[in-house]
Amino acid sequence: MIDPKLKRKQWYAMIILTICVLLACAWSMTSGEYKMSMGAFFKTLIGQGEYTDTLILMEFRLPRMVITILAGAALAMSGAIIQSVTRNPLAEPGILGINAGSGFVISLFIVVGQVDADNFIYVLPIISMIGGVLTALIIFSFSYNKGEGITPASMVLVGVGMASALSGGSLTLMSTFDEDQSEFIASWLAGNIWGDEWAFVIAFLPWVIVLIPYLLIKANVLNLLNTHQHIAQGVGVKIGRERIVLLLVAVLLSSAAVSVAGAIGFIGLLGPHMAKSIVGPRHQLFLPLAVLIGAFLLVFADTVGQVILQPSGIPAGIVVAIVGAPYFLYLMYKTKSV
Amino acid sequence: MTTKRKGKLNFTATFSIACVLLIIALMISILYGDAKIHLTTIFEAIFDYNPKNQQHNIISEIRIPRDIGAILVGVALGTSGAVIQGVTKNGLADPSLIGLNSGAAFMLALTFAFYPTAPFLVMMFAGFIGALIGGFIVLMIGRSRSDGFNPMRIILAGAAVSALLTALSQGVALLFRLNQSLTFWSAGGVSGTTWNQLMWAAPFILVSLVIIVSMSKQLTILNLGETLAKGLGQNVAFTRGITLILSMILAGIAVAMVGQIAFVGLMVPHIVRYLVGTDYARVIPLTAVVGGLLLLVADTIARMLGEAPVGAIISFIGVPYFLYLVKRGGRFS
Repeated sequence: MIDPKLKRKQWYAMIILTICVLLACAWSMTSGEYKMSMGAFFKTLIGQGEYTDTLILMEFRLPRMVITILAGAALAMSGAIIQSVTRNPLAEPGILGINAGSGFVISLFIVVGQVDADNFIYVLPIISMIGGVLTALIIFSFSYNKGEGITPASMVLVGVGMASALSGGSLTLMSTFDEDQSEFIASWLAGNIWGDEWAFVIAFLPWVIVLIPYLLIKANVLNLLNTHQHIAQGVGVKIGRERIVLLLVAVLLSSAAVSVAGAIGFIGLLGPHMAKSIVGPRHQLFLPLAVLIGAFLLVFADTVGQVILQPSGIPAGIVVAIVGAPYFLYLMYKTKSV
Repeated sequence: MTTKRKGKLNFTATFSIACVLLIIALMISILYGDAKIHLTTIFEAIFDYNPKNQQHNIISEIRIPRDIGAILVGVALGTSGAVIQGVTKNGLADPSLIGLNSGAAFMLALTFAFYPTAPFLVMMFAGFIGALIGGFIVLMIGRSRSDGFNPMRIILAGAAVSALLTALSQGVALLFRLNQSLTFWSAGGVSGTTWNQLMWAAPFILVSLVIIVSMSKQLTILNLGETLAKGLGQNVAFTRGITLILSMILAGIAVAMVGQIAFVGLMVPHIVRYLVGTDYARVIPLTAVVGGLLLLVADTIARMLGEAPVGAIISFIGVPYFLYLVKRGGRFS
């Protein structure tokens, strides 16, 4: 049984985090070149605002905001699942090179494919997923050792190598592009949230709506996978299959997120770890929190980037890396065994 | 513990062949390009330079500096990698994987931001300081308490520190509107090398190389194990400190010249050790020559592909090699 105290703590934390997300959104919405007061923002949100406010909010700022929230949530979720399934506390789609794989295939697609601008947005998540899944396959097959299975150490090593090869590959492809396209890839790699129309939300939202609840339902299986292999087998979890399906879903989720939001790392690390430090390692408890924290962090980072440098903004991926990398090092310092 | 192993090939012969290959590659690289140039014109340009002859100008002002720059960077990165692998006993070490390159790039970004007209000497110094900072952080965190320099931890710390420093460099570049594009910090290119840069960089690289070669005996002994080295009366901390600092100078200068190029320092020492064994008096000179050769060839290929970043091309060759090394368990030599 889950301790009712913990359950209550989870609820409190969720309420506080939701408020944090809303506040971060409000800050993000009200800063920027067109100034909008907090009051006007909330008024517009419930449909009582002035015409210009409504236009700017609904057409320009809100879609981007929704993308940011969803991408943050998806990345945090994906990181949490990958960590649990591989039992590697430092695993994360960015460090493992899965994002770089998505980026490489997207650049390949831009170079080779005759891109139809109308369908491009809807095809993009799928292209990105192909890249992510292929990269994950390569990483897992290379880090598989006979006898030991997939060790966390070799997995991260292969991932780091793949990440640098694939971003190198993207940059090589880029040099054959014209200026606009190469500018796009460069800012994509830096983690610039670029989806800013409702079409991107429509392209991305279905994946989030289907995959995140699926993973939340699987919380119990995840708890068991995170224990010793024999225990999980003993209580009847089909380890091999569950692992593969869960990893696949996690990779799909992060690939979809980066396809609309750019290569953003470290959210998948920060979200789950912070959530676990609040309510402990049980997946039912920490996964919802991780999702909220991920969303909050990305909105916050994006806004900080926008406020520091107007009007072009510092890509959210850069801001997240400046916060996330030291945290990663701190985690490394704490975990002696890895 | 690593035992001293004889290589498969005779050192003198291998070294001579590598040098000959380097000269041939240099000739081909100077000949190749948009402006067609005849072989004899090269010698004319060198020995009987005529400033009014456009071909002579192309050779002496564009192609030769660029090719010498590529060779010097390859020498610096290869040697730096060999030393770091030896000192940390980590078969997977490379100046870029342990944070030297990204550290140097970060300090260079700061230099561009606050002192845009900095002479090349200042840039080299900034590169060195940055490499020192990056390397220090990575080695401190990567050094776990129980088992010394653990390869796995060092690579992980290196990845995180590189991500951080690269993000900071990109941030600085955006904030100060540096005209170097974001890609400059992640992919190298030697196309803009000038004689002025070579005049400054070459002496530092060559002197560092000579010092490292003169310390190669200590490096070989250190490689046999710290206890043994101490038992033989070696000042281990001194050897480690000096050689690491020299490797940071080399990496810093390389980044100041061309930006970040990874995997040269990883691949070349492995190939060389496979060829001639683990005696550092042989490994270091041959690594220098093969490193120069590798970068020169990669740069020539980059030029054939229409100015692709040379760093990206080397990553493409280097990563399969890296994966192969990981598969073998990252063992040394």
